[in-house]
Amino acid sequence: MANVIKSSVIDPLIDNNPITLQVLGVCSALAVTTNMMAAVIMSIALTTVTAFSSAFISSIRNHIPSSIRIIVQMTIIASLVIVVDQILKAYAYEASKQLSVFVGLIITNCIVLGRAEAFAMKNPPLLSFFDGIGNGLGYSLILLVVAFFRELLGAGKLFGHQIIPVANEGGWYIPNGLMLLPPSAFFVIGLLIWLIRSVKKEQVEPADYQIHQVHRTEVL
Amino acid sequence: MTENTQKQGIIGQILSLPNDNPTKTIIVAALLCLVCSVLVSTAAIALKSKQIVNKQADIKKNILAVTGMLNNKADLDKAFEQFEIQLVDLETGAYATDIDATSYDQRKAAGDPAQSIKLTQEQDIANIGSRAKLAKVYILKEDNAIKQVVLPIHGYGLWSTLYGFISFENDFNTISGLRFYAHAETPGLGGEVDNPKWRQLWQGKKAFDENGNLKIKVVRGHVDYKMADAEHQVDGLSGASLTSKGVSNLVNYWLGDNAFGPYLKKMRSEVGN
Repeated sequence: MANVIKSSVIDPLIDNNPITLQVLGVCSALAVTTNMMAAVIMSIALTTVTAFSSAFISSIRNHIPSSIRIIVQMTIIASLVIVVDQILKAYAYEASKQLSVFVGLIITNCIVLGRAEAFAMKNPPLLSFFDGIGNGLGYSLILLVVAFFRELLGAGKLFGHQIIPVANEGGWYIPNGLMLLPPSAFFVIGLLIWLIRSVKKEQVEPADYQIHQVHRTEVL
Repeated sequence: MTENTQKQGIIGQILSLPNDNPTKTIIVAALLCLVCSVLVSTAAIALKSKQIVNKQADIKKNILAVTGMLNNKADLDKAFEQFEIQLVDLETGAYATDIDATSYDQRKAAGDPAQSIKLTQEQDIANIGSRAKLAKVYILKEDNAIKQVVLPIHGYGLWSTLYGFISFENDFNTISGLRFYAHAETPGLGGEVDNPKWRQLWQGKKAFDENGNLKIKVVRGHVDYKMADAEHQVDGLSGASLTSKGVSNLVNYWLGDNAFGPYLKKMRSEVGN
């Protein structure tokens, strides 16, 4: 049992990462990775929601009528998200101001529902809880890496502290404004997927199409 | 089997129904809604007082910061006691004393047709739709003499409404600070309205010229200090033309004739005497 739990936490970090392998939750990864602080808060919030929603859903999984199972899952997830949002507003006001709507949007994060439907509906609560933790951490890992590059290259800062002196404050670095816009997260995530798949070849999917040899024998 | 269900009572009977049974579906849905709504409302009510405290502290902090009075060591509430809160009737520029100023919610009032006026398209350069008839002002006094006055302002930038404060020296013309406490502009571009260096540019700028005409403006690029109007102009934010324009518009709206203009004019003439 301990081994199963361990692998359900470790696997989603690289080998079965929700963002880079399952390609879920990319939308919020674009939105909250402009700085490290927002990424950290978002990571904690999402990991908590995924873990607890999986555990709750799993504990009543044998009694969820299949005709309304998605609604049941969404209700549980939405309630947890509201609770997390309220807690942030009470205890981390500055951060909740910064994240604004994105905490609420955890409801629509594909990872949470994805794990509920794919894992928690078929596995016991404890295991589902750790599966949620694992997937949350896998998401967090990518979020933090992306936020690291975006904040460092886009603003010369990390966690709001100036690391590279930027030009308009008398330094030498001209910040790359594109890094602060959502498309740059696509580039960083794309590069990460490339990097991971060149190291771990087994993640490379078989091609959907075949490139045919071009024959140049016919003369037009 | 029968014995077993009897032992478990009514809950056991429901649980032992097949999952696709309509009765069970409805009961599960109802129970789930009940449990979730209790959970959500408990969290909302239990944390509400703390959230309100946070929000008020944030406003106080921003008012103190815009006047340059924010000191992290000092007690927030105590520092805030130096401010006198008044309501201004924006139409006449006179103080309205019949309503309790401390508990007045200007944002709520702006949404209430009875307490607000709708702005016409030409008036509404800040894109706010309607404004409250009464506006809150925070007056910083020292030995009964006015030192600074803080005015709440808001308006549309590029993506969002920016909420903030602008403060004036006691000549009601020299800006002593500008600061936004809520907005959702792009971090690093429009979000640079929070940059301390940019906020500092506002200090010492004159909102009005000698004839009392509103001249304050955020320009594109850098202010040309050789020009006569330089004391009315602030550098635009690079990469954020629309946010800069929005800030320029909202400041112009709130200091203009349809908002704090009459009040500031009245106060300036009082100071002049």
